Amino acid sequence: MTATVRRVRPPVCGSALCNVIRYTCAGVALLVLTGVALGGSEIENPNSKIENAAMRMVPSGTYVPLQRSTKDPEQVPVAAFRLDTAPVTNADFLAFVTANPKWRRSAVSRLFADTSYLEHWTGDLEPGLRAPLDAPVVRVSWFAARAYARWSGKRLPSTAEWELAAAAGYTTAFGKNEPDFNRDLYAWLARPVPEVLPSVATAKPTLHGVRGLHGLVWEWVDDFNTAMVTGESRADTGLERDLFCGAGAAGAKETSDYAAFMRSALRASLKANNTTTSLGFRCAASLR
Amino acid sequence: MKTSRVIPAALLALVLAAPAFASEGPTDAKGPVLLPPDVQALPVEQAILTAPPHVPPPIKRKHAARVVVNLEVREVVMRIADGAEYTFWTYGGSVPGSFIRIREGDVVEFTLNNHPSSKLPHNIDLHAVTGPGGGAASTFTAPGHGSKFTFKALNPGLYVYHCATAPVPMHIGNGMYGLILVEPKDGLPSVDKEFYVMQGEFYTQGGFGASGLQTFDMAKSIDEHPTYVLFNGSVGALVGDKALDTKVGDHVRVYFGVGGPNLTSSFHVIGEIFDKVWTEGGMKYAQEHVQTTMVPSGGSAILEFKMDVPGTYVLVDHSLSRAFNKGALGMLKASGPEDRVIYSGKEIDAVYFGAAAEEGSASARREAELKAKIAAEIKSNPAIASLTKEVQLERGKQVYMASCFACHLPDGKGMANVFPPLAGSDYLKADRDRAIRIVLKGLTGPVTVNGVNYNSAMPPQPLTDEQVADVLTYVTNSWGNEGPATTVDDVRRVKNETH
Repeated sequence: MTATVRRVRPPVCGSALCNVIRYTCAGVALLVLTGVALGGSEIENPNSKIENAAMRMVPSGTYVPLQRSTKDPEQVPVAAFRLDTAPVTNADFLAFVTANPKWRRSAVSRLFADTSYLEHWTGDLEPGLRAPLDAPVVRVSWFAARAYARWSGKRLPSTAEWELAAAAGYTTAFGKNEPDFNRDLYAWLARPVPEVLPSVATAKPTLHGVRGLHGLVWEWVDDFNTAMVTGESRADTGLERDLFCGAGAAGAKETSDYAAFMRSALRASLKANNTTTSLGFRCAASLR
Repeated sequence: MKTSRVIPAALLALVLAAPAFASEGPTDAKGPVLLPPDVQALPVEQAILTAPPHVPPPIKRKHAARVVVNLEVREVVMRIADGAEYTFWTYGGSVPGSFIRIREGDVVEFTLNNHPSSKLPHNIDLHAVTGPGGGAASTFTAPGHGSKFTFKALNPGLYVYHCATAPVPMHIGNGMYGLILVEPKDGLPSVDKEFYVMQGEFYTQGGFGASGLQTFDMAKSIDEHPTYVLFNGSVGALVGDKALDTKVGDHVRVYFGVGGPNLTSSFHVIGEIFDKVWTEGGMKYAQEHVQTTMVPSGGSAILEFKMDVPGTYVLVDHSLSRAFNKGALGMLKASGPEDRVIYSGKEIDAVYFGAAAEEGSASARREAELKAKIAAEIKSNPAIASLTKEVQLERGKQVYMASCFACHLPDGKGMANVFPPLAGSDYLKADRDRAIRIVLKGLTGPVTVNGVNYNSAMPPQPLTDEQVADVLTYVTNSWGNEGPATTVDDVRRVKNETH
């Protein structure tokens, strides 16, 4: 288990110190101190989907961080990788909690999932009417998403990978230049979270054959808590920037991608044990 | 890595010490503030929050208090115009958000709860707060969470609060703003009616009034081209049954703010003069007898006026395209007895002709007749007519020496066997209209002039009608030629022939 703080850095506001503490607390210290090992403690998934048709290759490219300090690279190269074609569904997650009792709602540790974890399910092993089997699973924490990914022989995508895949439109590599793609994206952002989420099949596939990166639910990324890191080391706390209000655009190269700011703000607002009604996940895998 | 160990007590305490509503587990919250004994001893009261256009009651107490404010963020679909809906992001379910009223010196325990159904994190920047981000950094709250912070109201004034989560123009553009009034220690003068009005713009993909659920339009927002400019969040929010209600004799105070995100308001009440304006939401009234007051985005003003006569008074942003075409219009009604000395209403309605009055039209007719008479007189006067011809000859000579002399030569004799002569030309003299036609359209092919055959080409001449008339007048009255002048009317007549 590594305890390195990654510095793949986007975004927006908050302080380096907070984030380091947050990361440390959330991702590392607790685990180290409590000895709760997340690595490898899940039962192996017999249907490990690593090579199945439900993943597609996303070709290599570059990710331009939404916000960066002067020391950060302007572009982050992203190697080609494989990505689930759809978000993880309630059916998928049911299989996971069936095989891993400690991730069931009644058994999960509060350190790894807050009180609204799977709150809309009827029971531990019954998604029920408010969580249709083919709808994306939501109200899952980062810890739970990671455990699921490991169980299925995969991992969570990094911010850079997720954003690279999500940049693709229906027909080109840059959806932000496709009017109908943009229209659909902002229409989704304008709709409140529905009481019951639709099937993952309702999302239209994009260029890479991946569906629902926009238009279904928000999705966890592995390094979500690097959002809004200022880029200053802890010793430079005097240079801490709280990037709220107009300052939210400070250091941002591309200030007209509101959807990217929204994703970044959401990631920055989360703790690793948090769950929300519109936040799910999907898995990724490196090429072999 | 399979053994589970006991959680160290210190860490457990750290985890469990978090406030009940905060996220369980690790958090960057600093924990509750330890208030000094004198602050702890202050009476605790729950703030009364009101939805617009209502204002909480004035503060009667003469001492500080610990004021508890709980504000909830909800993302809700509401009407923006008839037949049109919009997903507003709200503080307390309304646009503008709940009005908060506290007193200078109060210690405010502020909780921002973000409803679980929210899609996005939100926060709040209260301009009344002294401290980084105005509370924004301390209230950044994920969906389904709550954040608490404490601040002391150091400055009295009428302050805007708003969401400060990126992208801010979108959060504010979706309705995330409101007002917090920090009364001065001695309070504000009492009035009969207080109202809460706030202006803000909305940027929708459909045009003004387009039906259905409207989507935020990022391009319009960045260009600052709003579809709607509204008082209190919807077209007609303060119109008809929802007009602000007053009586004659009322002293009225309007707490007016501008959420923006971009526009400055030129706030005006049609038919009223603000007796006092507390500009910029500050705590002394800076001006009296004001017609229109300018309120910047993220700013406020307090306006006081007395209702003297009954009727409907229209609130507008006096950048009037916004009022007329984008919805920036509200109403304040005053009921009660008339005072016709202050305002009589219409006293007389009579017919008025202006410049089209009897005398006027008769004299205009007479003038036209006289002008026609003068023109006829000039035309029939041989002296003036010949003078006109003289002028034409002079101008025609200039045209000839510019366009014609190269072929027909300055003396009009032409070039033997190539270009026919104009001087003494029977062909020219025989048909004046034909001459006009040739100048206008050119002539190519065999012609016989004075018994000699010519076969060449003259291109059409790019001349004005006046130049054609002048040059023909010149050639038919030079080198021994004599004839009547060619007029512009002649040229036009030939031009309009159908062949």
